[in-house]
Amino acid sequence: MNNAFRDPQSLLIVGGTSDIALATARLLVRRRARRVVLAARPSEALTRAADGLRGLGAAVETVAFEATAVGDHEKTFGEVFAEGDIDVVLVACGVLGTNALDPVKAAEIASVTYVGAMSATLACANALREQGHGTLVVLSSVAAERPRRANFVYASAKAGLDSFAQGLSDVLHGSGVQVLVVRPGFVHTKMTKGLPPAPFASTPDAVAVAIHAGLRSQAGTIWVPGVLRLVMAVLRRLPRAIFRRLPG
Amino acid sequence: MSDALLAGWGRTSPSRARVLRPGSVAELAAAVQAAGGRGVIARGLGRSYGDPAQNGGGVVVDLTRLRKFELTGERIVAEGGASLGELIRALVPRGRFLPVVPGTRHVTVGGAVAADVHGKNHPADGSFAAHVEEFDLLTADGSVRTVRPGDQAFHATTGGMGLTGVVTRAVLRPIPIPSPLLRVETRRCRDLDDVLTRLSGSTARYAVAWLDCLSERGRGIVDEATHTEGPAATAALKGPLLSVPPHIPGGLLNRHTATLFNHLWYCKAPRTSVRSMPLGAYFHPLDRIRDWNRIYGPPGFVQYQFAVPYGEGLKNVVRRIGRSGVPSFLAVLKRLGPAGEGLLSFPIEGWTLALDFPATAPGLPELLDACDQAVIDAGGRVYLAKDARLAPESLPVMYPGLARFREIRAQLDPAGVFQSDLARRLRL
Ligand SMILES: Cc1cc2nc3c(=O)[nH]c(=O)nc-3n(C[C@H](O)[C@H](O)[C@H](O)COP(=O)(O)OP(=O)(O)OC[C@H]3O[C@@H](n4cnc5c(N)ncnc54)[C@H](O)[C@@H]3O)c2cc1C
Ligand SMILES: NC(=O)c1ccc[n+]([C@@H]2O[C@H](COP(=O)([O-])OP(=O)(O)OC[C@H]3O[C@@H](n4cnc5c(N)ncnc54)[C@H](OP(=O)(O)O)[C@@H]3O)[C@@H](O)[C@H]2O)c1
Repeated sequence: MNNAFRDPQSLLIVGGTSDIALATARLLVRRRARRVVLAARPSEALTRAADGLRGLGAAVETVAFEATAVGDHEKTFGEVFAEGDIDVVLVACGVLGTNALDPVKAAEIASVTYVGAMSATLACANALREQGHGTLVVLSSVAAERPRRANFVYASAKAGLDSFAQGLSDVLHGSGVQVLVVRPGFVHTKMTKGLPPAPFASTPDAVAVAIHAGLRSQAGTIWVPGVLRLVMAVLRRLPRAIFRRLPG
Repeated sequence: MSDALLAGWGRTSPSRARVLRPGSVAELAAAVQAAGGRGVIARGLGRSYGDPAQNGGGVVVDLTRLRKFELTGERIVAEGGASLGELIRALVPRGRFLPVVPGTRHVTVGGAVAADVHGKNHPADGSFAAHVEEFDLLTADGSVRTVRPGDQAFHATTGGMGLTGVVTRAVLRPIPIPSPLLRVETRRCRDLDDVLTRLSGSTARYAVAWLDCLSERGRGIVDEATHTEGPAATAALKGPLLSVPPHIPGGLLNRHTATLFNHLWYCKAPRTSVRSMPLGAYFHPLDRIRDWNRIYGPPGFVQYQFAVPYGEGLKNVVRRIGRSGVPSFLAVLKRLGPAGEGLLSFPIEGWTLALDFPATAPGLPELLDACDQAVIDAGGRVYLAKDARLAPESLPVMYPGLARFREIRAQLDPAGVFQSDLARRLRL
C-alpha cells in the first residue's frame, strides 16, 4: 500500500537492469519499499542489480521477462501480483538502437520500446485495477515530443508509448490506479554510453529524485530536468525547416 | 452494491473497493462469507484519518444502516453503525451522556470500539472499552458471539481496527450529568512548561490544551471543563454552521498562513476566563464546520498523533517539529491515564499530542520518520486511527501487545478474511 506520501512499499521494475529504474529503486528502498521485483532478461547484470538492492535491505525477486514475448506478459505479471500487492510499477524497458535505415532493426526497436512496453504496462494495469490502488510509472522521453534525426525510430516508438500512457491514465481515472509519464532528456546511462550528451543532460539519480517527487505530488507528467518542459514546448512549435538545422 | 474509491478523513491514499451496505446482520454475515480473496473490512463514518476502513480490490461493509439503539435503564444497547452523535442526542435530554467522546461526534459505536477511542477525560475515565459491558462480534465464519471484558476477543477487538471481525451490537454504560452545560475555564499559557504544569495540576474531569508548535516556546491555551448545573433544554448540539466547498486548491495552507492563523487564534483567546458552554461547543467545535478536511485541497492532510510517557519525550518531539519549518496548525495536547487492556489500544499513561499537516509539505515524510524514532526512544507509540504513513517495522516496537494480538486474530480468523489497506501497509 502506498502511504500518505505515496512512498510505495512494493515495487515492480519492468526492465529490471535499467540504470534509471535501479537508481529509482535505491531511493524508494531508502524510504519504504521493502519488496522489489525485477523483471528482466536473465543476466549477470540482473543478479548484480538484485544483490545491490538486497544490500540496502529490500527483499528482491527476479522474474524472467522478454519484452518482445508479448504472449507471456499477462502470465508473468499475474504471478508477480499473486504473490502480493505491488504499489508502483516502473516500466523502463527500451532500446535506443541506431538511426540506420534498416527495417528489421527499426522493427526491433519498436517491438521492445513501444509494443513490448505497452503490452507489459497493460498487463500490470489490469492487475493494479484488480488490486484497487497503485501507480504506473512509464518511462517515455522528450524524444516522444519531437524526434531528432539521430533517434527518430526510437522517438516514434516513445511517441506511441507516451500517447498510450496518457490515454490509459484517462481510462484508469477513478480506479484507484494512477499513471505518471516521465519524459527525461539525455541521461548518462548504459543506453547512451559513448554518445555525445545533449543539452540539459542529467543522471539516473536526478531522474530518480524527480520520479520520487512526481509520485509524491501525484503528477501526471514530468520532465527531467524540469526546464525541458518549457524547452520542448518551444521546440514542438518550431517549424520543421528550422528544427532540421539544429544539431543532432 | 457498488464500487467506490474510499479514503480516510485525511483523503491521502484512496483505493477502490466493492462497497456493501447491509441492512441486517444476516446480510452482513452473507457479505463477510462471500468476501473473496482480498477479504473484507468494516467501515463506520470514515472518521479515521488514514487507511484502516478501506480495502483496495476487496469488500468494504459500510455499517451505517445498522444504526438502531435503545436506552434501557442504565444501559444503551446500540448497533455497530449507530453514531455517537445520535446516542448523545437521545441521552442528553434524559440527563445522561456518553462516558467517552472523541473530538467529533460523527463516529460509530463500532469505530469507537475498533479504535478504542479516548476523550479529554482519559485520566479520570479511561478509554471507550472501559465502558463497554459487552458486544457482539461477527467473525469470519459468519457466526456472531457475545464478548465481554476478560475475553481474549474483547481485548483484541478493542483497538483492533476491525481486523478481528465486525462489531454488530454493543452495550454501553452512560454517565449521569446535571445539565447539558459545562463549566469551562480557559487560560492562556505563555510556554510549554506553563501548559504542562496547568494540565498536570488540573482537577477538572475534562482537560485539553491547544498548542502553537510554530511559536518559539510552545505557547498554548488550556481548557478545563466539568459538568455543571444550568437551565435545561439548551441546544447542546447544533447542526453545522458552515460548510467548506468541495473544490479548494492545495497549497493554501503553508507555514505563513499557519503562523498567522495560530497567532490570531492565540491572541483572540482570553488570558483567563470561566464560562458555561453547551456540551457540543466544548467537545466538538470542529463539527460545526462541515467537511473541514477539504480546506487542505486534493492532496489531503496527515494527522500525527503520538503518546509518550511523562518525561522529556514530548518536548523532544515538539522541538523537532518546531525547528523543522514544516507548517503545523494548532496541535491538541491531552493527558492520558493508565493504559487499558486492549492489545492495540493507543492510550498509555503520559501525554498525547495530535498535529495536522498538509500532506505535500516539503520535508514532512522525513520529519515524521524522525519523530517516530523520538517517540520510540521515549517508549511511546503513534495512534493507528490517525496513521497513514508509519513504517511496518515500527509497529511491534510501539505496540508490545502486537504478538498476542496476532495470535488471537489467527484463532478468530484463521483464513485472514478481515483485511484492510492499513493491515497490508503495516503488515499487521
Ligand atoms: C475531527 C476528529 C476528531 C477526532 N478526535 C478523536 C479523539 O479525540 N480521540 C480518539 O480516540 N479518536 C479521535 N478521532 C478518531 C476517530 O474517533 C476514530 O478514527 C474512530 O475509529 C472513527 O470511527 P468511524 O465510525 O468513523 O470509523 P471508520 O473511520 O469508518 O473506521 C475506523 C476503524 O474502525 C473499524 N470499524 C468501523 N466500524 C466497525 C465495526 N462495526 N466493527 C468492527 N470494526 C469497525 C474499521 O474497520 C476501521 O479499522 C477523531 C477523528 C476526527 C475526524
Ligand atoms: N538514457 C537516456 O538518455 C534516456 C532518456 C529518456 C528516456 N529513457 C528511457 O528510460 C528507460 C530506461 O533507460 P536507461 O537509460 O536506464 O537505459 P538502460 O539501462 O539501457 O535500460 C534499458 C532496459 O531495457 C531492457 N531491455 C532492452 N531490451 C529488452 C528486451 N528485449 N526485453 C526485456 N528488456 C529489455 C534492458 O534490459 P537488458 O539488461 O536485458 O538489456 C534494460 O534493463 C528506457 O525506456 C529509455 O528509453 C532513457
